[in-house]
Amino acid sequence: MISAKALCKRYAGVTAVDQISFEVTKGQIVGFLGPNGAGKTTTMRMLTCFLPPSSGTVKVAGFDVLEQPLQVKKRIGYLPETPPIYPEMETVEYLKFVGKLKGLRGGDLQKRVDYVCERCAVADVRKRLLGKLSKGYRQRVGLAQAIIHNPDVLVLDEPTAGLDPKQINETRDLIKSLAGDHTIILSTHILPEVEQTCEHVIIINQGKLVATDSVRNLQARARGAESVLIEVGGRNGSLEAPIVQSKLEQVAGVSRVLCKQQVDSRAFFEVESQKGKLVRGDLARAVVAAGWDLNELRPAAMSLEEIFLQLTGSEASTDGAPESEKVPAKESRG
Amino acid sequence: MRNVWIICRKELGSYFVSPVAYLLLTMFALIFGFFFWNALGVFIIEGMEMQMRGQSFPMNLNEQIIRPLLSNASVVGLFFIPMITMRLFAEEKRTGTIELLATSPIRDFEIILGKWLAAMGLYSCLLLFTALNFAFLFKYGNPDWKPLALGYLGLLLQAGALLAIGTFISTLTKNQIIAGAATFGVELLLWVIGWVGEYETAGWAHVLSYLSVTTHFESFGRGVLDSKDAVFYITGIFLGLFFTARSMESLRWRS
Repeated sequence: MISAKALCKRYAGVTAVDQISFEVTKGQIVGFLGPNGAGKTTTMRMLTCFLPPSSGTVKVAGFDVLEQPLQVKKRIGYLPETPPIYPEMETVEYLKFVGKLKGLRGGDLQKRVDYVCERCAVADVRKRLLGKLSKGYRQRVGLAQAIIHNPDVLVLDEPTAGLDPKQINETRDLIKSLAGDHTIILSTHILPEVEQTCEHVIIINQGKLVATDSVRNLQARARGAESVLIEVGGRNGSLEAPIVQSKLEQVAGVSRVLCKQQVDSRAFFEVESQKGKLVRGDLARAVVAAGWDLNELRPAAMSLEEIFLQLTGSEASTDGAPESEKVPAKESRG
Repeated sequence: MRNVWIICRKELGSYFVSPVAYLLLTMFALIFGFFFWNALGVFIIEGMEMQMRGQSFPMNLNEQIIRPLLSNASVVGLFFIPMITMRLFAEEKRTGTIELLATSPIRDFEIILGKWLAAMGLYSCLLLFTALNFAFLFKYGNPDWKPLALGYLGLLLQAGALLAIGTFISTLTKNQIIAGAATFGVELLLWVIGWVGEYETAGWAHVLSYLSVTTHFESFGRGVLDSKDAVFYITGIFLGLFFTARSMESLRWRS
């Protein structure tokens, strides 16, 4: 649906986007992830024909953004970072205006306006001035205008920025519900958002592509060796952590055991296994056979946040500010 | 063309939903009404003096009221035009709605033409108030309507050129005040540079007085359709809108 090849955007002396290539297939929700200033907005503006690329090509539904911009624009719905609303217009009046701009006429227009009002939950503010609406409503009106012409592709630039937690959840659910009919690209610097809403993720940092993969693969890839979190409890109110540790180390396939914490008669361990070996069953049997309680046993899935820091961390270490943010974040998990 | 109309209707809507249009209309009606009242007063006093002296010097409504008032309207227009055009693009750039327009399947020139036509529409509404005043002359006298019609044509052409310049300047900034002030400065300059022609006869003075927007209005005010003056204004409109289009394009390459 979208294919970008060697996409570059240079401003006077600054390369905002540097040789980014990616593909998005039909019906996918793709998260566009990167720290602030990574080039997310610039890339999205190139996809939507707002900015022309300095070099490289972008094709949307087979049309080149430079050669057939009108065809591309007909197929794209775009929600910029701040919803592009006219404060002096009423909701319905505004949606009608946008619908007409996108080429809808007469009965179709009325039907689509009614539909998006329902879909984006703005039906109760149909006759209100946009300038008087709350941030959450404005964002939803912004989404409504993006989908008014039923575009193939939706480009959403930080759709949840500045919303309260309840509104964030509502907006995420709304975006997920739109996924069936549209191919969606959404940018964000909030990691859990990607894990919750997207199937696919494109990570960029300082204008460069860092990774592009499915969320699941990315987690698996970054994890490398499997690691398991295990909580063991002593039967008679006492537990010797080093004994448990040595017992766990004897299990076949285990490469390292770390005692993370001991509280009274309970101890927490992180067990790393050799690549490709499944050790969870053996660990459970070993604990139970030794007469201890197995309170918890779960795979330690790496959060996208850790992956993200891993992928962007080495490059970010060249400049001071992001580094200082990242170091404590890493330590708190260590 | 449908797209031009969509943009034009939206712009006219913003003028008339906000107090902008009503403020401008009220101010213009007051100022022009004052001019009219003044001109009429002088005309009546002169007429009475003529009668008392027993002279029958022909009094002419066209020459003594309509013509000077039309050139007054053209100058007062200079002050109102920046207030009409300053928001056209500057506001869209500031609030980010320009992204909506620029990513919709609509061409740049359709956006520009729509906005310029809306500005023309508001200016025409201002002129309607002058027509209201002139209507009294037709009720109580019988002035010639043809020079008046040509005068209006001249006013519209002149405003068209100035509005196009204002539209262009509005694309250069996000700040409405800057757009308005710059437009006002440029238009004032285009008015006063004509004055050098009154004492200087060198070639450059001719060029300057040719560039003056007000010198080209004189023929229209007299009720003469001089094609060279019409061409001047029409060229101005095209140039202004052409530069607007270029500027919009360069916005994309720069920002």
